[in-house]
Amino acid sequence: MSDAEARHANTLGAAPVLSVRGLCKSFGALTVAQDIELDLPGGARIGLIGPNGAGKTSFVNLLTGMLRPDAGSVLLEDRAIDRLRPELRVRRGLVRTHQINTLLAETPALENVAIAIAERKRIGWRMLRYGTGWRACLDEAEARLAAMGLGDDRLRLVRELPYGKQRLLEIAIALALKPRVLLLDEPAAGVPAGETRAIHEQLGDLPQDVAILMIEHDMDLVFRFAREIVVMVQGRVLTRGSPSEIANDDRVREVYLGRRVR
Amino acid sequence: MNPERSRATRSPPAEKPHAAGWGHLLPWTAALAFYFLGADFLGLGTNALIMVLFALSLDLVLGYAGIITMGHAAFFGFGAYAAGLCAIHVTNDPVTGLLIATAAAGILGFVTGTLILHTKGVTLMMLTLAIGALVAEVANHLRDYTGGDDGLHGIRMAPLLGAFRFDLWGHTAYLYTLAVLLAWFALAWRIMRSPFGRSLDGIRQNVRRMRAIGTPVWWRMVAVYSLGAAMAGTAGALSAQTTRAVGLTALELLASGTVLMVLILGGTRRLYGAFAGAVVYVVVQDFAAQVDPFRWMFVIGALLMAVVLFLENGLMGIIDFAAARARSLWREQTPR
Repeated sequence: MSDAEARHANTLGAAPVLSVRGLCKSFGALTVAQDIELDLPGGARIGLIGPNGAGKTSFVNLLTGMLRPDAGSVLLEDRAIDRLRPELRVRRGLVRTHQINTLLAETPALENVAIAIAERKRIGWRMLRYGTGWRACLDEAEARLAAMGLGDDRLRLVRELPYGKQRLLEIAIALALKPRVLLLDEPAAGVPAGETRAIHEQLGDLPQDVAILMIEHDMDLVFRFAREIVVMVQGRVLTRGSPSEIANDDRVREVYLGRRVR
Repeated sequence: MNPERSRATRSPPAEKPHAAGWGHLLPWTAALAFYFLGADFLGLGTNALIMVLFALSLDLVLGYAGIITMGHAAFFGFGAYAAGLCAIHVTNDPVTGLLIATAAAGILGFVTGTLILHTKGVTLMMLTLAIGALVAEVANHLRDYTGGDDGLHGIRMAPLLGAFRFDLWGHTAYLYTLAVLLAWFALAWRIMRSPFGRSLDGIRQNVRRMRAIGTPVWWRMVAVYSLGAAMAGTAGALSAQTTRAVGLTALELLASGTVLMVLILGGTRRLYGAFAGAVVYVVVQDFAAQVDPFRWMFVIGALLMAVVLFLENGLMGIIDFAAARARSLWREQTPR
């Protein structure tokens, strides 16, 4: 068996990295999640689509612990993480990016990445003896920014960076945390059409073993990136399947794609 | 000259280590020079140094971590009473008293911090105000221990390290205070550049970002709040030991407001801002009060307004500006 085949068999046979069981959440009469079931095996590339207000971002917030579900359970590598606070879920490898840039605007790009690395290495508490540890974080951050094509911008303050580069920085920070599961909340949102190419390229280069769930409205991006697509409507999973199945699904066309004539 | 040093001066790196070195030398040399030149004003100088330390402690909490507190004097006063009571009832060794007072204020900071730091914004501000008022009221009621309105008197300190008496002119007090300030300053300088310090800077800017990278935000805030409280406790203890008295004014809400004013005047998140603010405040207070004992606060108020309205980074903003001008002039005069 070749390496590639072995890896393929492994992803199919292995237990899912992330499992979602019967997740429910309502705000009064508004239901944002209704009995959601989802498995992400290692190396998964799942696209999550649905009209505005379908509950996609709420779903990410439920997974990361920013919202508390009314019912259901989230398992990360077979362990229930429902009671863990958001930062502890991050430490277990459940990492997200934000739909709207959530960065340290008054801090250089390099340091934005380096402090994430420091937390990953569990040296975020060091107050006095940190010289070599912190330098290692800066070196790794520099390499990661260079890999993202942000090498020349590493010393610029984040607020001085163009929006597209800030989007890339969001992804660079998430990757610096070495996630097992990566939740990308509209990575291309707000980026002018001409500038999305860099983001497309970087998403293609993401580490193969990481399970990735991507929310995105840019259909080109979703259909190129995802191997499976999940369609959400009003807090429910409407249907799921390969990109070609979804593209030819009448119900999906009706609720979602129908509005944008392809 | 060793090779490493010459390399540092030849190439102009982004960090400019030699420039930072000069920046450090200036305030500390001035503080030491004052000991020799300002012999008649050493008491005033000691007060200024204590105010520097107090404002420095607020800079950690408010400047770096962004915890807006209106009750910081609670820790200063708590440290002052702890040091005073320790000197009267336990031991009058100054260093032991200082350490005890520092630990006591730090513990008070930890306990109150765990209670209030899950809140934010105006709620948090009100809670810090409430705790400040509570501590002041407790001190007022425990007359038997604190002397209430009359204050705590009869503090007699043993010679520092068993060798240096606290003399009438304040020589020992000044150098003692300066040494303690230097120690805390070096510690604060180091900590604020650590991964811990940088995470505080991040928490001030964007809590969601810090949660998303797995930072235990609440614990970090409790930690820096306790650290700032301990530091303020040291300042209070120095005040009790060098003036040999503690009054309720040490922990009144007005004192919390004063230290806030001093920090904003000097400039936040600089550490040296506390120096500039405290020195200017103490000097203006002293001279303006001599000219007009009733309206000296007007001068301070006008100064604060001018600084807040026209200078982005407090008095340190002037120094930044002057340094930038000097650098550009230097560059013009020495063409490559």
